[in-house]
Amino acid sequence: MTIELLLDDAWFPVCDDALLTPGRGVAALLPDGSQAALFQDRHGALYAIGNRDPFTGAYVLSRGLLGSAAGRAYVASPLLKQRFDLATGTCLDDESVSTASYAVRSQ
Amino acid sequence: MAVDTMAGGTTDVPTVPTIVLVGHGMVGQRFLEALADRGVTERARVVVLCEEPRAAYDRVHLTSYFSGTTPDGLALAEDGFMEKHGIELRLGDPALTVDRAARTVTARSGLTFGYDTLVLATGSFPFVPPVPGKDTEGCFVYRTIEDLLAIEEYAATGGTGTVVGGGLLGLEAAGALKGLGLDTHVVEFAPRLMPVQIDEGGGEALRRTIEEMGVTVHTGVGTQAIVAGEDGRVAAMSLSDGSTLTTGLVVFSAGVRPRDQLARECGLPVGERGGIVVDEQCRTEDEAVYAIGECALASDGRVYGLVAPGYEMAETAAKAIAGDAGSFKGADLSTKLKLLGVDVASFGDAHGATPGCLDVLYSDSRSGVYKKLVVSREGVLLGGILVGDADSYGMLRPMTGSVPPVPPERLVLPAGAGGPVELGPSSLPDTAVICSCHNVTKGAILGAVTEHSCTTVPQLKKCTKAGTGCGSCLKVLGQLLPPAEDKGLCGCFAHTRQELYEIVRALRVTSFAALLDSHGREAARGGEGCEVCKPAVASVIASLAPSIGAPVHVLDGGQAALQDTNDHFLANLQRNGSYSIVPRIPGGEITPEKLIVIGEVARDFGLYTKITGGQRIDLFGARVDQLPLIWTRLVDAGFESGHAYGKALRTVKSCVGSTWCRYGVQDSVKMAIGLELRYRGLRSPHKLKSAVSGCARECAEARGKDFGIIATASGWNLYVGGNGGADPRHADLLAQDLSDAELVRLIDRFLMFYIRTADRLERTSAWLERIEGGLEHVRDVVVHDSLGICDELESLMSAHVAGYRDEWADTINDPERLSRFVSFVNAPDVPDPSVRFVEERDQVKPDLDLLAGPVLLAGPTLAIRTLEGTVTA
Repeated sequence: MTIELLLDDAWFPVCDDALLTPGRGVAALLPDGSQAALFQDRHGALYAIGNRDPFTGAYVLSRGLLGSAAGRAYVASPLLKQRFDLATGTCLDDESVSTASYAVRSQ
Repeated sequence: MAVDTMAGGTTDVPTVPTIVLVGHGMVGQRFLEALADRGVTERARVVVLCEEPRAAYDRVHLTSYFSGTTPDGLALAEDGFMEKHGIELRLGDPALTVDRAARTVTARSGLTFGYDTLVLATGSFPFVPPVPGKDTEGCFVYRTIEDLLAIEEYAATGGTGTVVGGGLLGLEAAGALKGLGLDTHVVEFAPRLMPVQIDEGGGEALRRTIEEMGVTVHTGVGTQAIVAGEDGRVAAMSLSDGSTLTTGLVVFSAGVRPRDQLARECGLPVGERGGIVVDEQCRTEDEAVYAIGECALASDGRVYGLVAPGYEMAETAAKAIAGDAGSFKGADLSTKLKLLGVDVASFGDAHGATPGCLDVLYSDSRSGVYKKLVVSREGVLLGGILVGDADSYGMLRPMTGSVPPVPPERLVLPAGAGGPVELGPSSLPDTAVICSCHNVTKGAILGAVTEHSCTTVPQLKKCTKAGTGCGSCLKVLGQLLPPAEDKGLCGCFAHTRQELYEIVRALRVTSFAALLDSHGREAARGGEGCEVCKPAVASVIASLAPSIGAPVHVLDGGQAALQDTNDHFLANLQRNGSYSIVPRIPGGEITPEKLIVIGEVARDFGLYTKITGGQRIDLFGARVDQLPLIWTRLVDAGFESGHAYGKALRTVKSCVGSTWCRYGVQDSVKMAIGLELRYRGLRSPHKLKSAVSGCARECAEARGKDFGIIATASGWNLYVGGNGGADPRHADLLAQDLSDAELVRLIDRFLMFYIRTADRLERTSAWLERIEGGLEHVRDVVVHDSLGICDELESLMSAHVAGYRDEWADTINDPERLSRFVSFVNAPDVPDPSVRFVEERDQVKPDLDLLAGPVLLAGPTLAIRTLEGTVTA
């Protein structure tokens, strides 16, 4: 099974799903040079948001810890621990801050 | 004006009035507290003459000595109480004579003290019946810690011990003998146990339960003589029924008598059967002299042998001395005790003496429960007796005198048999007395909650004194508090880290998901957990890994997903997304060859290098994909992970020690290396730092460490609980002059006890400050093995030491683990373009400008030489 991200109107193949570890993320390099953070939760659900941590500028969100609150999955930045909703890219600790979010599927 | 005459002839003239208290028992101490509360200690000199060699202690709970309470643990006065209030406490110096005309008291030391007010709180003495042989060696009484220690010493060889007297104190003494491992007998002249407090049915229930514990009870027989053996020591006793009981030790506990001799000798009136006659203000015939507690004959003509009325008298006398109104007209004899582990309570009109009263009775011989309530025809609760299950005492006693909100039979039936599941204190009026020892009402307790923000039972005890006497109201106090704040680890777990540790250990849970789904909060089960509990549980599982059968490597199994990024990548994340690497340099000792390797690796990978505070070298600026290459070079040269990334042992610093230093007395470097290698890789609630100094000059700064070792001429001193940082704390001395082996064993125990009981991210310093009993408790546990867990702690550490493996070497030798160390999952060979550097002071530093913009741009950057060739932007 290949994991794909929706970029503009096309699905972009990223990697084989065997390369993901449930509960953790990986970074993906996108065609325009930007980076996405790709996650799989323990039930197999996939999420993708931007890899750049808007608070520090570092490209590290893929290395954060995945968590869930009230049924919604989030990642906590490994630098200063702000949490980002994995479905929307919105920061849960400061709603004025967000990162990109991508539709993701396994084909 | 009073004259304070010292025996040496020195005379000084005090400018403030003097209060002399004779006796420092429970009531005496309560009196001092009452004086201090009323500000009397600020305007009067207070002298206390105490016969015993130690300050007031909790006589009621003397037997708790056998369940691990130390004599110091029984002490009643808070540390520094006497100093704070300027009270002169003279231990081991009892008053011998009182000269009421001169208003002086002379103590055994020969010192004479002038007084304006004299308070007698001399308590009582155990009554020893005049049986032949009562002074034989091996006969004791049971009232003081010294009595208890003497019994303990005499009984060291075991055998049989007999208590004469089956009342409240006799059963306490029987508990003590049993605690000493003696074959224990109780001889009671009355036809049942505790004849004063409980009735025949209650006595029978008590007897049955106590006999099941192996205590032999003889009722309805008297002691006729104590028989000595050929060695002159107690060998047996002959009883009134003609039988002989073989016993090596006898404890007389046949009641107490007021100690009123001092008063008699100075001409104060005493009762026919003893007790210093006092009025409602606890004043004797001489208005300058008061008597309180068990030595006093109260205005209602009774001598009270319980602590609660004694406390009330102490308050009354203090009020009178302070010029406040108050009186003591008598007290009820309600009491709740745990005798030999059996709850026994009696309150109000326990024997049904009120004319026309009725009984409501519940008795279950199988479980040893007996409950009797005495009610009036109108349904007013008058009193009762509870044996075997006295949980409801705290609720029933305050209800005495009123009509309970439910029919009385429901108050005695067990839950599930028609009884109320739990009759809470909400049904009590505000005027109900919850703590009868200190006469604290429900209203006063609620006031402490609302006005003084008390949220815990200890705070309530401090604020209101409720619960500091017999302790029978503690349960109700807890119920009067607002619901406890959530002590759970996080939104996913209602348990604390310590509780989760015990769950993981006991149930051998090796996966986070299993723990979350079985022990998480309902709403969190099936979820992902969070950034708080995942690393905390990962740390617990890692600490216990060898003994619960979990993988030892932190990246194995489900463990990988739980680790913070530092543990996940076995390196420390820096602000631009690069990592730093710290190889272990045990004790800070390193060969020139290894130094050169570190230099070469740093140069080849373009890393910034800095000496750390822990005597090692930190290499900064590695990309994720470079980590395995760097480790390979380091591991090949004999290095291993320094765990700078983990909540684990970091370093054990050392000075050069006796090998080189002219002051050194021990080889601190060798010890530091040994300790660092022993505890390397040990996962703990927070990072652990250590140091070893070779002499008292302390060049290694060991007292700023979680565990620090300082050499002495004869061994090592171990200090624990120190740290630097924002809130520095010097470590406290745990043990002195240890041999190498003793030192290691003690550190093993200390670390494992800390790991077991600390909260998440709680350094040893904060842990020592927080845990109940503090350093003393930790010393009891790890030095004296008071919990009996040291074997287990040591074996956990042995398992850790045996199971240790270098995480770097294990990772570079495992292709699957290595696959995680790529910048991009879809472009493993492309270095992350966001990790760039610029130059400063001949080294690199992160190019932060590059990260500032929202979109990654190729900016001007320094060419960095790396093994993969020169990279330019």
